[in-house]
Amino acid sequence: MTAALELHDVFKTFGDGPTAVHALRDVSLSVAAGELVAVMGPSGSGKTTLLTIAGGLEDPTSGEVFVDGEPTSKMSRGHKSQLRRRSIGYVFQDYNLLAGLSALENVSLPLELDGVSSKPARIKAQAALDNFSVLDKADKFPDELSGGERQRVAIARATVGERQLILADEPSGALDSVNAESVMRAIHDACKQGVAAVVVTHDAKLASWADRVVFIRDGKIMDETHPPSSPEAFVAHPAQ
Amino acid sequence: MSVRHALLALLSEGPKYGLQLRNEFEAKTGDVWPLNVGQVYTTLQRLERDGLVVSDGEGEEAGAQKDFRITELGERELETWLRTPPDLSAPPRDEVVMKVLIAMSVRGVEVREVIQDHRRYMVELMQEWTRLKSHDGRDDLNFALVVDAELFRLDAVIRWLDAADGRIARFDPEADAPATATPRAMPYPLPRRTAVRR
Ligand SMILES: Nc1ncnc2c1ncn2[C@@H]1O[C@H](COP(=O)(O)OP(=O)(O)O)[C@@H](O)[C@H]1O
Ligand SMILES: [Mg+2]
Repeated sequence: MTAALELHDVFKTFGDGPTAVHALRDVSLSVAAGELVAVMGPSGSGKTTLLTIAGGLEDPTSGEVFVDGEPTSKMSRGHKSQLRRRSIGYVFQDYNLLAGLSALENVSLPLELDGVSSKPARIKAQAALDNFSVLDKADKFPDELSGGERQRVAIARATVGERQLILADEPSGALDSVNAESVMRAIHDACKQGVAAVVVTHDAKLASWADRVVFIRDGKIMDETHPPSSPEAFVAHPAQ
Repeated sequence: MSVRHALLALLSEGPKYGLQLRNEFEAKTGDVWPLNVGQVYTTLQRLERDGLVVSDGEGEEAGAQKDFRITELGERELETWLRTPPDLSAPPRDEVVMKVLIAMSVRGVEVREVIQDHRRYMVELMQEWTRLKSHDGRDDLNFALVVDAELFRLDAVIRWLDAADGRIARFDPEADAPATATPRAMPYPLPRRTAVRR
């Protein structure tokens, strides 16, 4: 089966000469449909760079990114931007929602940009808001929402329509742990419906929602978690 | 964890039998800490000896028939215990901390690889707890609370490992090269719920 997302020998260097920054060094990563992968690493280790390259927002210096088996370097610009709009949902810590648009408009916007006419776009957007329990906030503006509600609207926007891949950069931002958990639960639920997701975080409590946790340091993937070899290998904690 | 006080708390709701206490204890702690009936009866005997509970069953035989109730002294003891913080004034001799400290002075051992081994294991444990919570945590408040406590505890260990990693890297510029830990299967125990027993 082709992976939903594949990074193959990706390097990313900013600048050149002695001041060049090697943000990614030989990164390979494959994410299956329905899989939730978390990327953990210290700040400056290349997490955001990995995500922007995976989402086609930036090109790798070398190496290849495949989305649904298709190499993005071979795509026309039009095709690539259509892919970004239609198949990939982004949840970024900072630029989340557009302040002048209601929650519903924020969620329907990517569909309308993609050519869906306004009525069906609104219906899909309402369904997405409903999925993340914020349908009752449809007409509110971002500054009228709590942090947790804003994040849920952002995730609704990232999953609306036929999105097959969610890319989230520190999606819980400054949320308290209960709200942060509901963000991860929402992404986890989307994955159960077949969406692939990559979540970047330095918070192990959030990363623990992932099927697989990948550790990155100095632009290199250095390790990853493994699923338990067999359920029988578990032992209960003895009572003290 | 004090089984003694947990039993007192259950009895503060009303008189109960030994077996019932065992079942309620496990349910209220989210089925994370198994408790055998023998332990329940020994504890009840001690509580009775100390005047914190009384029983009104038929003599010595067939403990399961005995009905236990909490005394006034028992209620006071329970309240005092609930409000007394545990003694955390002395740092425990933490195994992970010890291993990292020792790894720094053992020749041929790359301390940052040791840190990563522990970090990966802690994250794997957290994944397991989160998996259990996401399966049935929605309607089981007690279990979710116990799992949260475990997640926060493991998270604190990971944060310490991250801090140690950064501190060691800054201290020794040679150690900046990324370590490549060898992937291997989980050789360590992972948690599970014990509820299946019933
Ligand atoms: N646009 C850019 N220009 C120059 N350097 C960059 C740029 N983006 C990121 N970097 C550098 O690349 C490295 C990785 O950054 P980033 O991917 O943001 O790390 P993280 O998200 O893990 O904190 C850092 O050293 C950062 O300063
Ligand atoms: Mg970042």
